[in-house]
Amino acid sequence: MDEGYLDQFVSLFDQYDVLGAFWVNIQLTAYAAVLALVIGTVLAVMRISPVPSLRWAGTTYVTLLRNTPLTIIIVFCVLGLWGQLGITLSSDFQTNFFRLAVLGLAVYHAAFVCEALRSGVNTVPVGQAEAARAIGLGFWPAARLVILPQAFRGAVAPLGNVLIALIKNSTVAAAGSVAETSGLMKTMIEFRPDVILAVFLTFAIGYVIIVVPVGLATTSLSRRLAVAR
Amino acid sequence: MADSITAEPGPADVDTRPTGEPLLVLDHVDKHFGALHVLKDVNLTVHRGEVVVVIGPSGSGKSTLCRTINRLETIDSGTITIDGRPLPAEGRELARLRADVGMVFQSFNLFAHKTVLENVTLGQVKAKGVKPATAKATAMELLERVGVANQAQKRPAQLSGGQQQRVAIARALAMKPKAMLFDEPTSALDPEMINEVLDVMVSLARDGMTMVVVTHEMGFARRAAHRVVFMDAGQIVEEAEPETFFTAPRSDRAKDFLSKILTH
Repeated sequence: MDEGYLDQFVSLFDQYDVLGAFWVNIQLTAYAAVLALVIGTVLAVMRISPVPSLRWAGTTYVTLLRNTPLTIIIVFCVLGLWGQLGITLSSDFQTNFFRLAVLGLAVYHAAFVCEALRSGVNTVPVGQAEAARAIGLGFWPAARLVILPQAFRGAVAPLGNVLIALIKNSTVAAAGSVAETSGLMKTMIEFRPDVILAVFLTFAIGYVIIVVPVGLATTSLSRRLAVAR
Repeated sequence: MADSITAEPGPADVDTRPTGEPLLVLDHVDKHFGALHVLKDVNLTVHRGEVVVVIGPSGSGKSTLCRTINRLETIDSGTITIDGRPLPAEGRELARLRADVGMVFQSFNLFAHKTVLENVTLGQVKAKGVKPATAKATAMELLERVGVANQAQKRPAQLSGGQQQRVAIARALAMKPKAMLFDEPTSALDPEMINEVLDVMVSLARDGMTMVVVTHEMGFARRAAHRVVFMDAGQIVEEAEPETFFTAPRSDRAKDFLSKILTH
């Protein structure tokens, strides 16, 4: 690699706000992760609840959302919710798209959070629920105080997988007109074909830098939080 | 219904502990697990202050019987009343009634993510609305009574089986139950830990707690029970006070069972 190529490469960062684009993806991920965790927890509780209609609703949600391409969901959020139904989540144009994309990402990943949590629930022996019932706790207190805290600890690793998928999937927000990494990469490839390989490597390495620590952290966290039995 | 009870509790010459009015009443209880008829027309009355030991071969339905009393198992027909009130099917009423009946499991089932102390305070605070400070005082008192107060801050997994089971007894007692159910409480324990749990149970019995105990511990039955109920194939085959049952069982099935377990 000659010095000229390196200069060309460095100039990319002056020309384009690469770090800013990554920051958008991190924000998309963070907001969507929190929302997905909330929705996914509600879904998981529905799916383990003693009420048949709630179980049915939870199962239907997961089955439908899990098998729908994310791009369609994001495009629906923008063209359907905003374009057709006129639902706006912010008066600011850019913020509106950002929030719609967060909503789409969250709704989609909530299905996977739900299933990760259900796998966590399966790590909790049935005796724990029986003991909770035997001391007079109803379904909701038993779920909240006894089952879910242990289920979350048992679900850290699968939840980490969902988070990593979410980080990468956040690039689909480009389909919802959010200016983020994949959109920027497309622009850069178009206008700077002279350093196309470097452009590609920049984004690839960027995601490796974000994803690898998340993977390591969730693995060590799942070991540390594991419930001793 | 009353005439189906074959043995009166605790004859005075053996045991002078008073027993009162009926507390737990099972009337014509039937239950199936699929095609398997696990409880066949079971009638059982446990009086206040009475200690009933349920024994029988495995698969005889004794654990199921114990679990139906606080509705961890549903029943197909018949009625179960606790202190005169029929066992509700579900909801808040059932939760309240469950708190009135303490349950001790074979596998302890202590809440694994909570400390020993939290295990004993959780139900008091969350199911009964007791103030945390009061609940803690009650919990420490009970842990002291079962001899594990010095382990209060540990997690269940750090305790021995015998200690865990004693914590489980304290957890059930913390709800101030009217009766206690023990579902093979010593079956999962190493032999040297069985006595520390049985001692706690005997002292509970001496204090007048109403108890239904599913166990293979014949020594406990002799020491603490007013009545032994022998079950086989989902039916109550024989009821008698312990000495009579162990020395002169009436039914062939009970004789057969006892000959197998008492020979060594």
